Amino acid sequence: MGKYLLQRLASIIPTLFFVSVLIFGLQQLLPGDPAIALAGEDRDPNVVAYLRAKFHLDEPLPLRYWYWLSGVLQGDLGESVRIQKPVLELILEKLPVTIQLAAMAMLIALAIGITAGVISAVKKDTAWDYAANVFALWGLSTPNFWLGILLILLFAVQLGWLPASGYVSPFEDLKANLAAMIMPAFVLGNAIAAVLMRHTRSAMLQVLSSDYVRTARAKGLNERVVVLRHALRNALIPIITLGALEFGTLLSGAVLTEQVFSIPGFGKLIVDAVFNRDYSVVQGVVLFTASVYITLNLLADLAYFLVNPRMRG
Amino acid sequence: MKRLALALLFLATSANSQTLRIGLAEDPDILDPTMARTFVGRIVFAGLCDKLFDLDEKLNIVPQLATSYQWSGDNLSLVIKLRSGVTFHDGEKMDAAAVKYNLERHKNMKGSNRRGELAVVSSVDALDPSTVRINLATPFAPLLAVLTDRSGMMVSPKAAEAAGEKFGANPVCSGPFRFVERVAQDRMVLERFPNYWNKGQIHFERIVYQPIVDATVRLANLRSGQLDFIERVAPSDIPSLRSDGRFKVARIVEIGYQGITINVGKSDMAQKNPLGRDARVREAFELSLDRDAIVKVAMDGEAQPGNQWVAPSNQYYGKSAPLPGRNVERAKQLLREAGVPNPSFTLMTPTTSDAQRIAQVVQAMAKDAGFDIKIHSTEFATSLNLADKGQFEAYVLAWSGRADPDGNLHTMLACKGPTNYAGYCREDVESLISQSRTSLEPAQRAAAYDKIAVQVARDRPIVYLFHRHWLWAHNAKLSGLRTVPDGMVRVQGLKMN
Amino acid sequence: MAAVVSAAMELTPRRRAARRLLRRGGAMFGLAVVLFFVLVALFAPWIAPHDPLATSWNAVRQAPGAAYLFGADELGRDVLSRILWGTRASLLAGVVSVCISVAFGVPIGMLAGYLGRWVDALISRITDAMLACPFLILAIALAAFLGPSLTNAMIAIGISATPVFIRLTRAQVLSAKSEDYVEAARALGNPHLRIALRHIFPNILAPLIVQATLAIAAAVIAEASLSFLGLGQQPPAPSWGSMLNTARNYVDQAPWMAIWPGLSIFLLVLSFNLLGDGLRDALDPRHK
Repeated sequence: MGKYLLQRLASIIPTLFFVSVLIFGLQQLLPGDPAIALAGEDRDPNVVAYLRAKFHLDEPLPLRYWYWLSGVLQGDLGESVRIQKPVLELILEKLPVTIQLAAMAMLIALAIGITAGVISAVKKDTAWDYAANVFALWGLSTPNFWLGILLILLFAVQLGWLPASGYVSPFEDLKANLAAMIMPAFVLGNAIAAVLMRHTRSAMLQVLSSDYVRTARAKGLNERVVVLRHALRNALIPIITLGALEFGTLLSGAVLTEQVFSIPGFGKLIVDAVFNRDYSVVQGVVLFTASVYITLNLLADLAYFLVNPRMRG
Repeated sequence: MKRLALALLFLATSANSQTLRIGLAEDPDILDPTMARTFVGRIVFAGLCDKLFDLDEKLNIVPQLATSYQWSGDNLSLVIKLRSGVTFHDGEKMDAAAVKYNLERHKNMKGSNRRGELAVVSSVDALDPSTVRINLATPFAPLLAVLTDRSGMMVSPKAAEAAGEKFGANPVCSGPFRFVERVAQDRMVLERFPNYWNKGQIHFERIVYQPIVDATVRLANLRSGQLDFIERVAPSDIPSLRSDGRFKVARIVEIGYQGITINVGKSDMAQKNPLGRDARVREAFELSLDRDAIVKVAMDGEAQPGNQWVAPSNQYYGKSAPLPGRNVERAKQLLREAGVPNPSFTLMTPTTSDAQRIAQVVQAMAKDAGFDIKIHSTEFATSLNLADKGQFEAYVLAWSGRADPDGNLHTMLACKGPTNYAGYCREDVESLISQSRTSLEPAQRAAAYDKIAVQVARDRPIVYLFHRHWLWAHNAKLSGLRTVPDGMVRVQGLKMN
Repeated sequence: MAAVVSAAMELTPRRRAARRLLRRGGAMFGLAVVLFFVLVALFAPWIAPHDPLATSWNAVRQAPGAAYLFGADELGRDVLSRILWGTRASLLAGVVSVCISVAFGVPIGMLAGYLGRWVDALISRITDAMLACPFLILAIALAAFLGPSLTNAMIAIGISATPVFIRLTRAQVLSAKSEDYVEAARALGNPHLRIALRHIFPNILAPLIVQATLAIAAAVIAEASLSFLGLGQQPPAPSWGSMLNTARNYVDQAPWMAIWPGLSIFLLVLSFNLLGDGLRDALDPRHK
């Protein structure tokens, strides 16, 4: 077990290295001179020269990578050229927003996904199964930006129940915060619900045919108790550990959801930065989120390892 | 106790109505007038930073931080009298020394985006605390107009010295509102500056600027009451807004333009393509276009057709080069004469929805005359780069516009103009442009512009299409809105009834 | 049908799987819809009432009626014809992207799983790195790098989805490698390539097909997402994603511009998802 843990930890460093090379390469290879893109419509030659110097654009690529990497290792993720704010500050500013959105989305996804998955597993191959399937799948089958716009038009413009977009800090006004976050969280969670449903169904089917459950049934326990108390509880672990891996999908989905709902989180930050050629921001944020994802991955692996007796031996 | 609660409630609600919430179409860049590079940033500056001069609805120069100006006899220096009793948000005095500091900062700071505009300024003298003299290397007519924009914005020298390059994170200006906070891509919050020199005109306690990129969502926010004012409303949304009594629409013809820039000399691609090579092909292209139809279909009627860098209603519009109409027969004839009955070229189109619609309409129209246009969609940042290198044949490009016509002409069509993507360079036009800049007489300038317009209309390095409408929508209870063609939301006089 | 039933009497594993698949109504529905769209894509030029690129200044945003069954778009083009022709783009976006992912992912995954040691370590770390970056970000960066077009979007999506197939293949290869029959084949002196192709590859086919089907669904959504940002199929060529993107500016005035592409994307993606889930159930020996 200790050996496994060390192996996994050791693999993080090369992975992160490749992430850094990948994202740096992708950014630097984007077509065109970023200095010109950032100089704006006036295209003042002095500004272009200034930006070229600031970005070390006249220096070779590996050297630029080294400047950036050595900065990162010292905790300096660079600065957004567009608004001159340190990337680390931007990350810390938007982290609570993204965490809240991700957490709420995950809760919604779990609620929908687990429910649908349990129903689908218990009532396998019946109309309930198909209904639960479609219910969970429809979130995965609609582009989330589209669903978002429809929800805004319905709940904000037509009914006036919820704000159309924007973000209010929960410390400022909790009610307004929840009102603003519920739609984007729903849109985001919807897509992941299907994946969680699949995991749940899979895990439940496995548990339901296990000896443990057969014993419980033989003991004459109420079917509902068997399903919810015994089967589900055991199925939850693989569901949650696999679900943690969906963090990456969450962030992917957040990219567009945040655009539509104007939520100032990571997704919006990255997309705008790619189009504005604000390199440091993209590199810094992706490196950060990749690190978080890798850590979550590691924790999920460990959790799975710990509860799965087969792997321990 | 009840009375206290009631009073608090009243205060709370009235405090809320004292916040003006404005929806912007983009997130501004650096909030430092010296380094700022975006149009949308100027909207925030309108609440944050006063400038030496301002513009009125007819684009006349009116006083703001300066009260009057006087050109010297040889037009090589401008003496400006400053308003007294003005202070910056940090309490420092806004005086001649501050103005001198600012203008020098605009000229000398590394990364300053104002150097081009102030290139002819050789030095600045503070004659006395309320008089400044700006010395020029050559006469420069656009100077006053330049001073109504970011180059005329004055920041606190003390704060600027202390912050240096980081000034934009916490700008200290002398406008009606002072900076409170900025959350990137979320909001900028300004609060009323109690010592503003024109405080009688300010009726809000706070302004919150919220960038919301999606026009539909921006409008949804206005409709649901979360915003009081939005800029850049989509033209197709105007009819439904006008029929809704809760909102009012304001419409201003911009001082910029939308056009198609043609590579006539920026790179060797110009010679390889009939459009860039032969003026007759360009004429045929323009004749195949029906500007009214383009405006109607692509912009829902929310634009004014034009064929020069200023709108037909502008005093400097060259009347000798009027708007041509569509003439497909003549276009086909010209193409036959040029020996290319079916010319083909690539139209580089940024992926913005406006540009895409325009390109598709142009493609369909020009087909009638025999043109085979291929639309090459390009990300905006990439398109700027390609244009800079001359790697294009034609390019759908708009310009946000400057108050003085020189700002719409020089940088694109002067031989060394930074945005001269067409690669256009003619000695006679060059000297005419120079004349139009150095003469301060409107009549002389108009005459020069007239001649330039005729030549440019003949050469067609840029096929100007139209001048867009700035479309604003706001809560009907908001009054005092001034529709100045530069598209800025001036906060003086705004009141929520 | 009778032939299938009598052949099924033999009850080979493949036949059993097919029977399971046929029994799952959801999967059958999905398959039917997918086949329907494939037919539409193939016969679009013949069934479309109008030229999808033909503009008409008088019919701008015209409501659905006799002339334009699904209404007209912002340049007066027939929405129905554009939907029919757009099926090609959307299906291509889904299928070609996944083909790219499979074409790169499977061989690389097999290399990693089969060769092991440092090859595996290197490939796995790079795969982990790609998976650690949000999929859409990779796709956006790649599409921006390559330039906005449907082809580049397919390449971008394909490359971004490759790590999933690398992982999948590698896992299957690892588990197959330890099977008796593979060890026997090695003992008999079979060359590596033959073992890989003959013995290991058929075993990974089942999960691969399932994953590929589900990936097609995700790829169609990804194309729509890239179009939302201006990076997918460029106008005037029709694709459901770019139609949806343009339509969102007109949701109030011309809802039909958005309803039909939105519905089409939904149906196609749902069908691929149902089909994929059905295939997984049918092909997975654990589920009965």
